[in-house]
Amino acid sequence: MPRRRKPAGPPVNQSTLQNRYDRRSFVVGAMGAGVGTLLATRMAYIAIAENEKYATEAESNRVNLSLIPPRRGWILDRNGAPLASNRADFRIDIIPERMANPVQTIEKLGTLLSLDPGKVQDLKDKVESSRGFQPIEVATGLDYEKFAAITVRVPEMPGVIPQRGFSRFYPTGPSVGHLVGYVGPASAEEYEKDRNPLLVTPGYKIGKDGLEKQFEQELRGVPGARRVEVTASGRIVRDLETREDVQGDAVRLTIDGPLQDYAARRIGLESGSVVVMDCETGELLCMASMPSFDPNSFSDGIGRVEYAMLSQDERVPLRNKVLKGLYPPGSTVKPMVSMALIEAGIDPEETVHCGGGLRVGNRVFGCWNRRGHGSVNMAKGIYQSCDVYFYSMAQRIGMDPIAAMARRCGMGQEFDLPVVSQFYGTVPDPAWKKQKYDRDWAVFDTVNATIGQGYMLANPLQLAVMASRIATGKQVMPQLLTKSKPTIFKPFGFPAEQKQFIRQAMSDVVNGPGTAGRGRLPFPDIKIAGKTGTAQVVSLSISNGKSGPWKYRDHGLFIFFAPFDKPKYAGAVVIEHGGGSGAAYPIARDVMTFLFDPQKGLDALYGLEKQWGGTAQQRLARKYVAFASEAGEAIPPAPTRETEIFDRVDAEARMEAEKPATEASDAAVNRTRNVESDSVGSPE
Amino acid sequence: MNSIVPAPIARQPWQMLIPLFALVAFGAAVLFSAAGGHMQPFATSHLFRFAVFLTMASAMTLFQRPLVQFVAYPIYGVVLVLLMAVEAIGAMGGGSQRWLNLGPLVLQPSELMKPAVVLALAHFYQSLPAGMINTWRAIIPAGALIAVPMALVLLQPDLGTSLAIAFGGVVVMFLAGLPMRWFVAGGAVAAVVAPLAFFFGLKEYQQRRVTTFLDPESDPLGSGYHITQSKIAIGSGGFSGKGFNEGSQSHLNYLPEPHTDFVFATMAEEWGLIGGLFVLLVFGLILRWGLKVAHEARDRFSKLLAAGMVATIFFYVAINLMMVMGLAPVVGIPLPFMSHGGSSMMTNMICIGTLMMINRWNRQKRGIVG
Repeated sequence: MPRRRKPAGPPVNQSTLQNRYDRRSFVVGAMGAGVGTLLATRMAYIAIAENEKYATEAESNRVNLSLIPPRRGWILDRNGAPLASNRADFRIDIIPERMANPVQTIEKLGTLLSLDPGKVQDLKDKVESSRGFQPIEVATGLDYEKFAAITVRVPEMPGVIPQRGFSRFYPTGPSVGHLVGYVGPASAEEYEKDRNPLLVTPGYKIGKDGLEKQFEQELRGVPGARRVEVTASGRIVRDLETREDVQGDAVRLTIDGPLQDYAARRIGLESGSVVVMDCETGELLCMASMPSFDPNSFSDGIGRVEYAMLSQDERVPLRNKVLKGLYPPGSTVKPMVSMALIEAGIDPEETVHCGGGLRVGNRVFGCWNRRGHGSVNMAKGIYQSCDVYFYSMAQRIGMDPIAAMARRCGMGQEFDLPVVSQFYGTVPDPAWKKQKYDRDWAVFDTVNATIGQGYMLANPLQLAVMASRIATGKQVMPQLLTKSKPTIFKPFGFPAEQKQFIRQAMSDVVNGPGTAGRGRLPFPDIKIAGKTGTAQVVSLSISNGKSGPWKYRDHGLFIFFAPFDKPKYAGAVVIEHGGGSGAAYPIARDVMTFLFDPQKGLDALYGLEKQWGGTAQQRLARKYVAFASEAGEAIPPAPTRETEIFDRVDAEARMEAEKPATEASDAAVNRTRNVESDSVGSPE
Repeated sequence: MNSIVPAPIARQPWQMLIPLFALVAFGAAVLFSAAGGHMQPFATSHLFRFAVFLTMASAMTLFQRPLVQFVAYPIYGVVLVLLMAVEAIGAMGGGSQRWLNLGPLVLQPSELMKPAVVLALAHFYQSLPAGMINTWRAIIPAGALIAVPMALVLLQPDLGTSLAIAFGGVVVMFLAGLPMRWFVAGGAVAAVVAPLAFFFGLKEYQQRRVTTFLDPESDPLGSGYHITQSKIAIGSGGFSGKGFNEGSQSHLNYLPEPHTDFVFATMAEEWGLIGGLFVLLVFGLILRWGLKVAHEARDRFSKLLAAGMVATIFFYVAINLMMVMGLAPVVGIPLPFMSHGGSSMMTNMICIGTLMMINRWNRQKRGIVG
């Protein structure tokens, strides 16, 4: 509009303004009506067209679906008795991201529940390092008063979740620690892998080790659900409906629960393992490894004091020695070597003169009995454990047939078992040495291997399998789960008289003029057969293997089967640094006694436990209290990832497993003398 | 119409009062539900305040036009001084303040400023010679009358109220007949200034309210929470609602401020689209009556004053409803006659009282003339 026209326009007077007012007020009114129409349309759109969407959202606001952790399936022994069951309890969890003031709330919980300062510190550390959505267990197994004291204060402590639930219970505690494993809240990594909301439900725990981990899916079950009406701040107004959980499936093992507990307790103050299996079916009856941890106390998270105590113990309670303890098998290989000799055509009646040692090349390899065994045939070589007999015979057939027999007997073999991991040791032969050390096999290597020293390493389970296979002459495979129909094992095809011969010689180890006279069973009609073994850990120049520092003492080993004439059970006992086989075979004797007559076995155990100061569980609890009071609060926290706890132990285990092999290459210093535990070979 | 109804009662503007009573009663019912099914603490005081302010409004009708015109500037001046006092006390107290404690009375001067600015502007344009309406003299003083209180309220900071003051003032200027191109230019300037003001003038929480209004889902648990929950409440009500006292959004505290700014959402959840259309209809009736009063007014002052009061009420209603339906950012403006709160009730009843007063003047004139 040109500017000039403005002054030229009509003059403004009252009626112009009145006109303008009328026009403009109409516009204003129309705009108002327009806004009103817009609002009505908008509302109709939200309330009618989008009603379904918003009704759903209002419902999902109002209704909170909370998962009820399923009761975990039981782990049963062969007779249906629980090795792991569930206990109803009151528990308290916290969810860090819902907490207004975590530190203050934890201290308040500490006061209300009278937690000790170490536990309070553990909780604070966990809250700091955790991902906020993961629940952290504060306490389980609370009595009703304490539980109620927390429940009434829930509105003022957001993020604190008291609930009734079930917690895992291991009736025999440490006895099954390594076998069954333990449970714990899922870690962040585990939740990343399996984005199941159940994993971050307070009170839900997954298997962390052993069978609990291996059978996680079977044991888990189906969570229940509870629909509740909640306010915006999370307060529950009322229950709407509840769906019950479905308990996980039970896992039934071949393990004999009482035998497992007995064996674990019988190991006593020693560090070692006992394996017993049914050599007809391959069913494992007992896989005890001690000292151990108490899986009951692990399930609420591993406390700093507990971890410090277990990780500082030189007897490595965190290692499952049945599967991950590797030891030179010592003289326990002699029955196996004998079978190799017979197969290679050596006449068992052919004798060798033992004068206490044998010159091989420019070194003298001693017999454990320095005075010598005189004239030794194969049977005497086994029951008197004469080293010289095997030195000379093995040289005649060479290493390869012996290594082949060792593998047939289960050495170096990895078994198809539902376990997290197993170490399978070494069966050395010339090809192996060439590949591993790029050196040629020497005669002294054969000499060492033939008495189970040098590079040869096996775990106790393999030794038990070897005992089973020698006893039955069949390719027995160990198994841990009950099967509906028994497995038929293929025979090795040993001639019957040969089998008989070895059985007799091994019976003589205990019942005849052998090295384990005190190993006889207290039954007139049941005889046990076996073979002792002593594995040297360091050279004689450091220690004589029987006394001195614990970690320099010899390992004591014993493989056995019973009854000797119709083998039903077979097994192995390995006592770390027990000072010789004398530490091992009395345990085998008592375990087998218990198997045939529990009362007799228990009587023997009660006497020993009185000396030791209680059962394994009691001693562990006492040790914990002593350790905690001595160490006070100056204990570094436990690693936050549960796997690390076992990783560390595994690493040590592997390092130790490597050690004898490297030392053995220096055979001249190390292996010129082989020691047998019974000071004098007098058969008593 | 000489009938059985006595004249003083028949004279009252029932076509507005009956819908208003219905709306206040409905508001009380919604507040009853928002309190979890109790008259306390909201519904009783809501009805009590309405009774008090209705009495005040009735008293206002007795004032005559010359008196009102005479006190127009003084009232504006007093409210402006009160606004400054609030500012000063706030500054001394080391924080922002919107309230003035006068013994038992808590006064919010910014609320009083909304009708006061309309009153002052109506008086200004009444006294401005018609020929000067196209000159700068028509806009500079009027602009100052709006800008000064706006600035003071913005300092508090209260964006919603300062916009309400501006809206009432601008509507009066528009109806007073200022040249259209000024409004077009003003609109253009606002379009340029608004983004600048957004980035440099608004506090962070205010900025966030605007950004989340544009995209509420961007922060569903933070500042978008209000809008999201309000829409859920309205949307889940459907056609006929969940039933009285059955609203889960308000009863389980998902809906923030269910008794003040979001009272419409509380209502809509329980009464559905029917309740919402009822509220819109009642506001429509009241505002149409107000415009009719303005239309019937014979002099310029009364016309502008009445229209300004209608605009003030309209602004409350429109912004609040747009806010709860997700069409406007959350600015903290209550819904007249339904939200619980004394200040907004007072302002709106002053507007209603003023309209009733002008309605009376219209009748008197007719009586004299006819």
